[in-house]
Amino acid sequence: MNAFIHHFAFEFRTGIRNKQLLLMNYLFPLGFYLMMGFILAEINPPFREDIIPAMAVFGILSATLLGIPDPLVNARENGIFRSYKINGIPSISILIIPALTTILHLVLVAGIITVTAPLLFDAPLPVNWLNYALIFVTMAIACAGLSVLIGVVSPSSRMTVLWSQLVFVPSMLLGGLMLPYSMLPDVAGKFAQLLPATQAMNALNGLAMGKTAAFSPWSSVIMLFISGILAFGLAVYLFSWDSRNTTRRGHPLLALLVLLPYVVGIFLPA
Amino acid sequence: MNNIVISVKDFRKTYGDFIAVDRISFDVKKGEIFGLLGPNGAGKTSTLECLEGLRAPNGGSLQVVGIDPVSESRKLRNTIGVQLQSAGLPESITPNEAMKFFCAYHSVEPRFDLLERLGLAEKRNAQFYKLSTGQQRRLALALAIAHNPPVLFLDEPTAGLDVATRVELHGMMRELQAGGTTIVLATHDMAEAEQMSDRVAILLKSKIVSIGTPMEITATGAGLTKISVRTQASCLSASGIIFPAATQSMSKDEYSIYFSSDIGSTLSAIIAHIKAQGDTLIDLRVERPSLEDRFLEITSSGGVQ
Repeated sequence: MNAFIHHFAFEFRTGIRNKQLLLMNYLFPLGFYLMMGFILAEINPPFREDIIPAMAVFGILSATLLGIPDPLVNARENGIFRSYKINGIPSISILIIPALTTILHLVLVAGIITVTAPLLFDAPLPVNWLNYALIFVTMAIACAGLSVLIGVVSPSSRMTVLWSQLVFVPSMLLGGLMLPYSMLPDVAGKFAQLLPATQAMNALNGLAMGKTAAFSPWSSVIMLFISGILAFGLAVYLFSWDSRNTTRRGHPLLALLVLLPYVVGIFLPA
Repeated sequence: MNNIVISVKDFRKTYGDFIAVDRISFDVKKGEIFGLLGPNGAGKTSTLECLEGLRAPNGGSLQVVGIDPVSESRKLRNTIGVQLQSAGLPESITPNEAMKFFCAYHSVEPRFDLLERLGLAEKRNAQFYKLSTGQQRRLALALAIAHNPPVLFLDEPTAGLDVATRVELHGMMRELQAGGTTIVLATHDMAEAEQMSDRVAILLKSKIVSIGTPMEITATGAGLTKISVRTQASCLSASGIIFPAATQSMSKDEYSIYFSSDIGSTLSAIIAHIKAQGDTLIDLRVERPSLEDRFLEITSSGGVQ
């Protein structure tokens, strides 16, 4: 327990101390939130209704997909994991603790957004706070798991950026943050259901914000949760201690299994 | 009494078709400083990594304090301390945090005294990337010994260190040795290996080509002993003087220098000659071939003895 506390405390401080992580955890989400609030809410007033869930989800995407994988790849390449292994630090701690500390940073960011949005932009508050918190944490687990998995299977920093952007960019465009899911064409809508952001926005709309969900909101919550747990499991299974180690327990393409819950979800009745 | 702490028997490590280590065997005794020498690619790192449990061997057996590094890796963690060549710490960690963090995983109290001892007290709250190379290496050493491991692996521990820090580090190694710690020292610095190691093994092309005390290893070579003599009347500077077993001679800074394959007979003859000439000996220096000379001899011959 003592080891967990020291590890957690160090990783949490790193999230503020490291300039790249500070940017992804706080500056980028909060800066984008203010920009969207001041500009988009003026151009498109109905966006005010979505600003709290959309910016909370954006914060999760930024801190996890853009913040978690690269440090994992760098640590592996720089022999930090080798040093951890020698000192008995288990792989599960290496993967879970940065994800947990990122989630704690995200709670702080979401708190700032939720408190200030009604004051600054006249945004409506969630009608069901418990569901809001539950969906937020579930989405954070799903994205943190996915990000850890990307960090584990990426062979280099360059590939990490590619994989992360492959989820981040479509999430921004199709995930219901900027445009409502209902406005997407059918094919784009089906593709969007593969994205955690779409599921999170659907669940937040249906269960926390008092709006209508496009498809079953509880299915979305369950899919997010299962994919998150699956992602962490796959990350632990596929983890390798150093970039020179030629032995790996499974092929990196196994990571695609993380999409399975979302694929199943597409075929579930709305 | 069995005082073997590290036992390596027929150890083999391959990477695909490439043989990194080919059936080597050696033992390291308790409280010994054992030097592992060899040019890049000789198999030192593979040997160390398998002993540290970072990689699995492809053949033979390895034991560290009776522990199999592969099947009992958890047990091994509190038994060994490792200073890796690259410090292997996150950029933003401070020496204080690193000490608390690593000690917590070893279930021991943090050893902040080691930070002071190794001159890191003033930098205890500085982030790792802001430390100099020497400070980073000292921190790595402090973390490696903080849990009092009976076996310590040091990979190039003094590379990039200034003279004073190097001396301090050597002093600490001697202290640890006196306390019963067994140290495996991988280094490119032959002077360090010769000065610090009780025994050394020279690896070349995946095999051990020489093993023994530095004295034993240097004695087995064809290296010649250098004898430098200075006399008051420079009676040795006359040309044409031949001494037994002295194969070469030269003069430099008032010294007559001889290279001998049999130091006893050459030296006796030189002293007899000085006496016979009524000259007076001012200075006499005898330099045996160093470990570095022997190492170069072995590596240049491709390990052929």
